[in-house]
Amino acid sequence: MDQFLQQLVNGLTIGSLYALIAVGYTVVYGIVQLINFAHGEIFMIGAFGALSTYLILFQGQTSLWVLPFLVLGAMAASVGVAVLTERVAYRPLRGAGRLAPLITAIGISVFLQEFVRLFYDKVPGLDFPSAKQKIPFPQIEVVTGPAIELGPVTIQRAAVFTIGCLIMCGAALWWFINRTRTGRGMQAVSQDPDTAKLMGINVDRVIVVAFAVGAALAAIAGVAQGLLNTNINFKMGFIAGLKAFTAAVLGGIGNVWGAILGGLVLGVLETLAVQFLPGGSPWKDVWAFALLILVLVFRPQGLLGAKVVDRA
Amino acid sequence: MSTAAVPHADAPSSPGRGVVLEARNIVMRFGGLTAVDDVSFQVHEGEIVGLIGPNGAGKTTFFNCLTGMYKPTSGEVTLGGRALPPRPRAVVTAGMARTFQNIRLFGNMTALENVMVGRYCRTSSMALTSILRGPKFRREERESIDRGRELLRFVGLDDKADHLARNLPYGEQRRLEIARALATEPQVVLLDEPTAGMNPRETEEAMRLIFRIRELGMAVVVIEHDMRFIFTLCDRVLCLVRGALLVEGSPAQVQSDPRVIEAYIGGSEDDDISADELTEEDVEVLHAEGVDVEPSRTSARSENGR
Repeated sequence: MDQFLQQLVNGLTIGSLYALIAVGYTVVYGIVQLINFAHGEIFMIGAFGALSTYLILFQGQTSLWVLPFLVLGAMAASVGVAVLTERVAYRPLRGAGRLAPLITAIGISVFLQEFVRLFYDKVPGLDFPSAKQKIPFPQIEVVTGPAIELGPVTIQRAAVFTIGCLIMCGAALWWFINRTRTGRGMQAVSQDPDTAKLMGINVDRVIVVAFAVGAALAAIAGVAQGLLNTNINFKMGFIAGLKAFTAAVLGGIGNVWGAILGGLVLGVLETLAVQFLPGGSPWKDVWAFALLILVLVFRPQGLLGAKVVDRA
Repeated sequence: MSTAAVPHADAPSSPGRGVVLEARNIVMRFGGLTAVDDVSFQVHEGEIVGLIGPNGAGKTTFFNCLTGMYKPTSGEVTLGGRALPPRPRAVVTAGMARTFQNIRLFGNMTALENVMVGRYCRTSSMALTSILRGPKFRREERESIDRGRELLRFVGLDDKADHLARNLPYGEQRRLEIARALATEPQVVLLDEPTAGMNPRETEEAMRLIFRIRELGMAVVVIEHDMRFIFTLCDRVLCLVRGALLVEGSPAQVQSDPRVIEAYIGGSEDDDISADELTEEDVEVLHAEGVDVEPSRTSARSENGR
């Protein structure tokens, strides 16, 4: 039982990470029906954005007040790259069917990984470490450090941060989608783009907002991942992105709340499977993707269904 | 160049009112098919104009050309004297709104939210200001909600504000679509078959609603198959046949025009058919086509005889 509780906490932690990334897949899909396979790299770039901010401005600092700046740096990097890729790579392909943007997304994914791998230490005027190996991520007091003992369960401080971020982002997202003009515009575009235009909605701008919102959440996930794992690398976005995509499909792609639920379910099931099924951690990804296949066979619309950016 | 201030001399009704909407020589071709063939018309301030014609005559296509959903092959649309680019967003901002033959509400949003989306083109808070919750955002949001509720009251849906649009009964969905169109603060409202599928009581309500819209100072262009509805409601009627404008005139003129009768009953031997019989025949024809107008025939007659 103790072990079950411990694994549940671990699962919720990794699940929160998946959920934060999965929202980006689902929001963009809900608006433009594009699976943005480069979204995992946006998450990776968030982590590198936070690291760069730290290296430039706060080297050696460990106080908590640094953390908001790291998050802002991460968001600036992620949102900037996401909006730029939308502008230069996806927008010219709008109306070109679904295959071309999909292949473009895979291309951008590879491009961004290799770009960080090859050029991160070559930024002129800055003394960044090479991204070819793992880079230690700044450790911040309060959110890293000795784990919290809660009865039989040990909780990493970074895990509390991660889960807290998901709760806050979920609430902010709900408010944004249901209570703001732009959020209503997003709902309208995802339900009927042609009619949305006739309401005076600038569909191109809504698409940019969708990319930016997803990237902002992925950036937070990037910081959380850095704090949890204590190091980051240029490949971290690939498998995390794949898992988050699985989570989005699991919850029902296009449905924001489905993505969050899917992320948590995937994280918990994956962690429990490693603990209680034979094979151990090498089989972790097997269980995760087996779950995806089962969902696609028996409930292809996902847990919460709906192909739109939808209300809860 | 005609401007809104110049009265149109040929208007059969409402002389002295400015032209608010004008379409000049609209042509819409799809490949070899000419769906709209050189149609011109004018709509004056506060006028209700009916657009009739057999199925496939190009009425909805003409609406799509007016609202920028289609880019006409040639021709020009002006609103208030200014040329309208064929882009939906520019059209709605300039002041023309429409409803659809097959209702196109945002089904997963509430009635109030649907109307608030209609306010989109009249509000301007950007994503960032709404995140920062500036005073402008809060004021605009407040105004949008108030205006939305007002419009729902106008169409008689004030008690349904929080219902999801897809859960509303058919007739209420039609009215909600009208409320959403009005939320864009149009000068001209285009209604595409506003009473399709409605029962006689709802049809009667729709007619009163359209009169009230006119009282607010808007012009209305309405496509309808229900002839009694059109001839009671409209100041002027246009009949499209195979994409071309066949007849334009007062309801009485159009109703008794042999070419209209011909177009509707497809060259019947009864060439001397009377106007009253036209609507009867017409209803029969439509009924045969599966359009449910049967019950409205008798009741509409007694109710509309005012």
